[in-house]
Amino acid sequence: MSNAGYAQERETTEGKVFTVTGGDWDSIVSGVDPLHDERIVVNMGPQHPSTHGVLRLVLEMEGETVTEARLVVGYLHTGIEKNMEYRTWTQGSTFVTRMDYLAPIFNETAYSLAVEKLLGIEVTERANTIRVLMMELNRISSHLVWLATTGMELGALSMMIYGFREREFILDIFEMITGLRMNMAYVRPGGVAQDVPDTAITKIREFLDFMPKRIKEYEDLLSGQPIWTARTKGVAVLDVTGCVALGVTGPVLRSSGLGWDLRKTMPYCGYETYDFDVPTQPEGDVFARYLVRIAEMRESLKIIEQALDRLKPGPIMVEDRKIAWPAQLALGNDGLGNSLEHVAHIMGQSMESLIHHFKLVTEGFRVPAGQVYVPIEGPRGELGAHVISDGGTRPFRVHMREPSFVNLQAIPAMAEGGLLADVIAGGASLDPVMGGCDR
Amino acid sequence: MTTQGEGLFGVTGSGDTSGFGGLVRKRPVQLDAQRPYGGWYDEVVDALEEAYPGFSDAIERVVIDRGELTLHIVPAKIAEVCQILRDDMSLRYELCSSVSGVDYIAEERRLHVVYHLTSMTYRRRIRLECAVTAADPHLPSVTAVYPTADWQERETYDMFGVIFDGHPNLTRILMPDDWDGFPQRKDYPLGGVPVEYKGAEIPPPDSRRAYR
Repeated sequence: MSNAGYAQERETTEGKVFTVTGGDWDSIVSGVDPLHDERIVVNMGPQHPSTHGVLRLVLEMEGETVTEARLVVGYLHTGIEKNMEYRTWTQGSTFVTRMDYLAPIFNETAYSLAVEKLLGIEVTERANTIRVLMMELNRISSHLVWLATTGMELGALSMMIYGFREREFILDIFEMITGLRMNMAYVRPGGVAQDVPDTAITKIREFLDFMPKRIKEYEDLLSGQPIWTARTKGVAVLDVTGCVALGVTGPVLRSSGLGWDLRKTMPYCGYETYDFDVPTQPEGDVFARYLVRIAEMRESLKIIEQALDRLKPGPIMVEDRKIAWPAQLALGNDGLGNSLEHVAHIMGQSMESLIHHFKLVTEGFRVPAGQVYVPIEGPRGELGAHVISDGGTRPFRVHMREPSFVNLQAIPAMAEGGLLADVIAGGASLDPVMGGCDR
Repeated sequence: MTTQGEGLFGVTGSGDTSGFGGLVRKRPVQLDAQRPYGGWYDEVVDALEEAYPGFSDAIERVVIDRGELTLHIVPAKIAEVCQILRDDMSLRYELCSSVSGVDYIAEERRLHVVYHLTSMTYRRRIRLECAVTAADPHLPSVTAVYPTADWQERETYDMFGVIFDGHPNLTRILMPDDWDGFPQRKDYPLGGVPVEYKGAEIPPPDSRRAYR
């Protein structure tokens, strides 16, 4: 019997001793690619400053190169869609607004447009214009947060301070109009919650006045900056085919050369009557996404200006008193609430108004059975509301097609084969908001 | 989608004078659309019929409601239909916008999977709907046709327990891996807790009295 495969043995006073040398492992090990010694798995997140919330990335790396990237989401799942099935149609606004917390107006508008399509109603011209105005302000504030956080992640800390400074100004405008900075449930089925005060118009004009200069400043700060360009140019490239296959829409798709913007291609809210361009870039890298978002802020300013010009006095809610929210809201010291005149009217003068108010607030309106899918162009891409009614006072099912959720699937495609540092730049360039992703 | 409650808390003939009892807008339930559908709907359905030999076996019904075209597809055929819809030159539904589930608990095949496809070339949308039973919730995955369906099918599995055969990695995505049950099904409770407020106990939203 040959002993070739077995350890050598010898007799000692203590008994038999085996000498294990490891067989032929030495020769196997010596043939290994030295890079494989460095294979490690890096767990990034879910709490990490550059993951834009609670996103977890599991990266398999060889040295500095990412060979495999896997994403783990769901840390912020709050069951919003399920919860909405237990509330009235109007209360739904307060839920959807908390999904993508950087783009609350878009969530509300998509949801409201879907409910209105189910109801078969059209909102008033003023309500439509206010919606466009608010959406474009929101788009700028969302892009500003993107610019600020991405700047911070790539080492341009001043950009973060400037970005949040201007965003704060927009949030002040929101507070003047809606009473809240975020999660305002302002756009509601049938119109908007309350009218835009004149003070807010003045403040928006002020914003329109200084913002172009500020955008120029951001560009001066970043565009020619060698570190910024080194971290962004040619990084995390995704071409049109990759974008469409992975369902990536919004600025990321437009920065790979396809000018697909739902405001132009499938208009809603009267966007076809506004004069604006759809900025595109052919490169498809992080720098192109930066350029597209900067250009989109300028286009949004153009739309805001036009919306302000056509803001004519008129009703902001549908005429139908069986749908329109009964309360006349007014802004008080503690936020938005019922106006005192309205309370005096229903409590002292009109029993019917009181009944109406009570029934609409507690029971809500009924929506004819059916299903609709309404997509709008959010700051991150196609934001779709798939809303189903069974004819009752509550939604039967609401599903939001969240661009953050869909776009995040592109991270492995962009990150694998690249450097670890580029995972940060690539992930940030998708502008994911985990509240929207996980819902 | 046919049940329609009326009146306060399901009570009828309560003498409700507010007028809200009459708020129910009667409209026919989604019926099968008949040809000609009008507009571009005919073009799409004709092109699909021409390009897809198994059309009559695969399409259960065609519904046009509120300007949206819905094709109800035999679950086993969904991947084939998607392949034709994506590749045929006169259809070109390049983008799969959304995949989600709906639980029509009253129906025999209660779990529906709803696909929203977008044709960027023709600027059209179409909705595909597949219905499966809760006992045998299987249908083919469309990830080979639309890679973007990957996470959305995982979410549908996570929330409704629909199993997409051929999906590369069908695991839970939003809920924890060891979660029991499928939260978005209609027979899965919301799981609210009662809240005490000034000595009174407020029941959770799912067990409060509700208007039907």
